[in-house]
Amino acid sequence: MLSFPIYLDNNATTPMDPRVLEAMLPYFNSKFGNAASRNHAFGWTAEEAVDYAREQVAKLINANPKEIIFTSGATEADNLAIKGVYEMYARKGNHIITVNTEHKAVLDSCKHIEKMGGEVTYLSPNEDGLINLSDLEAAITPKTILISIMYGNNEIGVLQPIEDISAIARKHNVLLHTDATQAVGKVPVDVNAQNIDLMSFTAHKMYGPKGVGALYVRRKNPRVKVTSQLDGGGHERGMRSGTLNVPGIVGFGKACEISMNEMAEEAEKLSKMRDRLESELLHIEESYVNGNTDHRLPHVANISFKHVEGEGLMMGIKDLAVSSGSACTSASLEPSYVLKNLGLDDDLAHSSLRFGLGRYTTDEEIDFAIDHVKTAVHKLRDMSPLWEMFKEGIDLKSVEWQEH
Amino acid sequence: MAYSEKVIDHYSNPRNIGTLNKEESNVGTGLVGAPECGDVMRLQIQVNEESGIIEDAKFKTFGCGSAIASSSLATEWLKGKTVQEAMEIDNMAIVEELALPPVKIHCSVLAEDAIKTAINDYRTKQGLEAIV
Repeated sequence: MLSFPIYLDNNATTPMDPRVLEAMLPYFNSKFGNAASRNHAFGWTAEEAVDYAREQVAKLINANPKEIIFTSGATEADNLAIKGVYEMYARKGNHIITVNTEHKAVLDSCKHIEKMGGEVTYLSPNEDGLINLSDLEAAITPKTILISIMYGNNEIGVLQPIEDISAIARKHNVLLHTDATQAVGKVPVDVNAQNIDLMSFTAHKMYGPKGVGALYVRRKNPRVKVTSQLDGGGHERGMRSGTLNVPGIVGFGKACEISMNEMAEEAEKLSKMRDRLESELLHIEESYVNGNTDHRLPHVANISFKHVEGEGLMMGIKDLAVSSGSACTSASLEPSYVLKNLGLDDDLAHSSLRFGLGRYTTDEEIDFAIDHVKTAVHKLRDMSPLWEMFKEGIDLKSVEWQEH
Repeated sequence: MAYSEKVIDHYSNPRNIGTLNKEESNVGTGLVGAPECGDVMRLQIQVNEESGIIEDAKFKTFGCGSAIASSSLATEWLKGKTVQEAMEIDNMAIVEELALPPVKIHCSVLAEDAIKTAINDYRTKQGLEAIV
């Protein structure tokens, strides 16, 4: 039995796994203690739970538990990594390298650094979303202190060559931060094998609760430090003050443990479903996949349907919860900057849908999605003047549009 | 963002989708917007050359639900009006009828532009001056 709307927006957030909720519940009531209360049993119980969760989280990424700094989410972790490194390593330099398809939490932190007098280089990826390693290496200067490049992109799912990137970072003695929000729990991530120095990730993209995430901060080879951005009681080794969100952290730990055990099987299942969805939708004339398909998260597909506007299309598939690269809903009419920075024409960027499959997606839901999208695309093309002109052989680029 | 019932109705059952022969002397065509901006409207009117009454109106729109609804509504309103009366159609009337939120007002502006462009195309064909 299908229940509507069907959720295919797991890059935005994931539903909580019932096993995670179950693990969290006692920490809302009977085990309510403050993990920083060192002198009674309530505190000890909470502290034990946090310690255990820290191990679960660390294990998933092959880190030491002491290298996990709990935060309110990946946005805070990105801010702490970038601003914290900038402040801590001010004597070494003031230059940061990132990519213009990063999440806003990284890009806006970098903008902040520029306002404070720092320098930032924004690399442009290739058309398929992958960065050019030679561009990266060429951008490094003696003043460079940090490279921040995301692991897997939230809109197109493209996985950057992290090992090659970290090799370049190591060679030039520059720290590497990666926003791995979409990747951790979905594909194997190993901070040691991959030489990652700092890494942001969050619980709610991996079937855990919202409001809790972590920054991995390397302790050895090299020992990395970040300047705290939230001052107070000196929690989290002084890098992030604030009473720990014990139920959230317990849930995060449980979510990591489940992902650790089920990731391989889940990724295989989801990539099969995703490939079927994608190949069926590509049967629609003038439809295109955005981003590299060989280096990609297993559960993501981003497809443009030419001459159909994304938001109008979403309205036609109201039984599906997906996301569009067209930003007609926001005050600005700008389409997705990620797609634009791949070099996509605005009209293709406006025509895109992002599908994010998840743990609870079924084959029946995929069947339904395929039919539903096909019907809506055809319906909207029947009422699209661009489609009619395209069919008449008019080159739309030669038309003088009245921009408004 | 939730759409109003009227927007949903026009989106689900668009009135007067189609194409008129733009070469005819009594057909006026207005093509406005740009693919880069995420909306393009084409609105066409067919005018009775003796009475000056708009006998038929058709549209095709690339855009969001509000853009589709605005142009669908415009064709409904155009039919039966004289060209002079059609010039009076104001975008705020469309906003009100469809209960468009502030971020969608540009859709109604585009529909008004499409109406005026179509009328002026007709007038030009008839050897009359375009009116602003």
